Amino acid sequence: MQTLLEVKALTKRFGDLTAVNGLSFTILEGEIFSLLGPNGAGKTTAISMLSTLYAPTSGDAAIGGHSVVREPLAVKEIIGVVPQEIALYEDLTARENLVFWGQMYGLKGKALNSRVEQVLEQIGLLDRAKDRVKTYSGGMKRRVNIGVGLLHKPRLLFMDEPTVGIDPQSRRSILETVKDLNQKGMTVLYTTHYMEEAQELSDRVGIIDHGQLIALGTQKELTRQVGQNDTIILDFNDSQDAAAMIEPVKALPSVQEATAIDTQVTVITPEAEDLLAGLIGLANQLEVKISSIDIREPNLEAVFLHLTGRALRD
Amino acid sequence: MMRKVFLIGIKDLKIIFRDRAALVFMLLAPFLLTIGMGFVTGRFSGGSTGITDIPVVIVNQDQRELGDALVELLYSADLADLMDPGAADDPAAARQLIDSNGAAAAIVIPEGFTQSIMPADRSLLFGQGSQGEAVPIEVYTNPSSPVSAGIVKAIVDEFISRVEEVRLCTLTSLLQLQAGGVNPQDPRVDLDSLLQSAELSQPASLTLKTNAEGPEAVDFDLLAYFAPGMALMFLMYTVSYGGRSILTERARGTLPRLMVSPAKTAQILAGKVVGIFFTGMAQIGILILASAVFFQVKWGDPLGIMVLILAAVFGAAGWGMLITAIARTPAQVGSIGSAMMLIFGILGGSFINLEMMPPFLRTVSKITPNAWGLDGFTTLALGGTAVNLSEPITALLIMGGILFGVSVILFNRRGVMGQ
Repeated sequence: MQTLLEVKALTKRFGDLTAVNGLSFTILEGEIFSLLGPNGAGKTTAISMLSTLYAPTSGDAAIGGHSVVREPLAVKEIIGVVPQEIALYEDLTARENLVFWGQMYGLKGKALNSRVEQVLEQIGLLDRAKDRVKTYSGGMKRRVNIGVGLLHKPRLLFMDEPTVGIDPQSRRSILETVKDLNQKGMTVLYTTHYMEEAQELSDRVGIIDHGQLIALGTQKELTRQVGQNDTIILDFNDSQDAAAMIEPVKALPSVQEATAIDTQVTVITPEAEDLLAGLIGLANQLEVKISSIDIREPNLEAVFLHLTGRALRD
Repeated sequence: MMRKVFLIGIKDLKIIFRDRAALVFMLLAPFLLTIGMGFVTGRFSGGSTGITDIPVVIVNQDQRELGDALVELLYSADLADLMDPGAADDPAAARQLIDSNGAAAAIVIPEGFTQSIMPADRSLLFGQGSQGEAVPIEVYTNPSSPVSAGIVKAIVDEFISRVEEVRLCTLTSLLQLQAGGVNPQDPRVDLDSLLQSAELSQPASLTLKTNAEGPEAVDFDLLAYFAPGMALMFLMYTVSYGGRSILTERARGTLPRLMVSPAKTAQILAGKVVGIFFTGMAQIGILILASAVFFQVKWGDPLGIMVLILAAVFGAAGWGMLITAIARTPAQVGSIGSAMMLIFGILGGSFINLEMMPPFLRTVSKITPNAWGLDGFTTLALGGTAVNLSEPITALLIMGGILFGVSVILFNRRGVMGQ
């Protein structure tokens, strides 16, 4: 597989804020690559630069051999973008939206009409095509939003958190659509803060936090970083309770690592079930009240936790 | 290149015509206000025009029958409310008075005017002499009083056409006499009686249209002033709505989506401007059509109207783009746009005739597309053609050009995405 996207030290600053800091990675043709990170990590800014919406402060990226800085029009011909927000004209029907955006991508005549019909079928909205978008549910709007990005059959599709704020059924439908598109040969760059989506879809995952890529690889490669350890997350009512627990927890046998952030203590251990009794006993001894206990097996969430000391949803 | 520009423009036109609230502001409100102004001014009840005591200076160098007849007409009881005539001896002094804004118009009846139409030598009525040009009456108008000056001009035009009509009647009568074997040059043929029998000396037949009894109306309709006044005022709403759509698209994510489609930033902005332009054209076009159909408003030369609408929408769209380039949110554009619509409406003469405003405000009004547009529409309603519109059209095009230029500089400085 050849490289379709090559990102080189991409950086974007807004005044004093560095939204993306020296981002570098590659995506191969035919891959689904996920950028996984919490809200505000810099995912949308990265996509905005790669799709030529924002000029990078420094660095560059090449898509299909074209620089996003020097050849934006050539890049725009190759890519499709599904933005995080619903970017549609709500007073137009789904069909009118698709026709307009198709025309903006140079489609016309029979080819346009045929492609619009295909996309309407693909997103399951043929029967509602004549209704104005403002009458649609959130999930239906999301599907049209995706449909617009697919009209011109882009080589590389950017999907920026396409499942935010929708019902589980629509979310499932979108994930299946992404897999289907990929099977038909489309390369996808998918950003999300949902670990499960990245796990389900991606060939490779880049974990991004505070504008920097902190890990990159296949899921196996990433989870290997935290070994076969389990993660125990203890929640307390008070942050002082969490702070009081941290040193005694670290002293327990089989605890590999422990961190306390706010009211939460995260413990990495190879034997979660064995350690659990010890943790509860310790809490009783210190007279602190545990409000909840969560045990997680190794996954991307654990990787993120391992790398940042924070959960993805924080 | 242009295809994408027009695609965006047409899309915007489609969207705005699906927005009921916008349609109320764009079409219904100006239409209803025009009706209201028609009732207030008596247009629908045959009342006064609202324009009275038009100051006019008469220089009668002719001092013969026809010159005197025109002077009598202007001093007649029928025009007493409308006209405030004064006499002067020197045409240059009269013109100077107009230039110094001392009156709406000067009428100079040159020496030999009557002679050129009713020659003492009757042979001149026939043969080669009859082909000679009549000495023209000069109407020197004050450009800052276009409506009043237009009315004066219309009265004089009507007088001249009556004179011409009588002259032709007389010629016809004389030719009939000649055909019957009578020599028109025979002193026994009373030419003066023939001329008088044609009722030239009945000035009462010349009245304004607002006098319901006047059979020969001067064709000035007040709705031809107020209808474009209202249309131009609400055009400012339309252009601010169009400008606001750029910021709305930015906020709703469709502008970024356009920016990542294979179109240049200049194409996208041009498309938005074309959208504003199409919408403004459609709005004014519909209002003109509606007022012509429902109120029989005579707008004048269609070519002139078309050219003037293009120029007026261009000038107004310039203001729309400027406030869009200055404002940061759609709400700001809405607020500034509404304020601008009202201020420009008042200042530009949509409610009060500009001639009734102090000179300072008349000067300030020149920054509004409303004032120039109304100037043009009034000229057309008073019988002018596209040729007579050079001043307002040039002003509107310059206005639009400057405002677009400033807007582009501001957009470039802040970035279309407002980064």
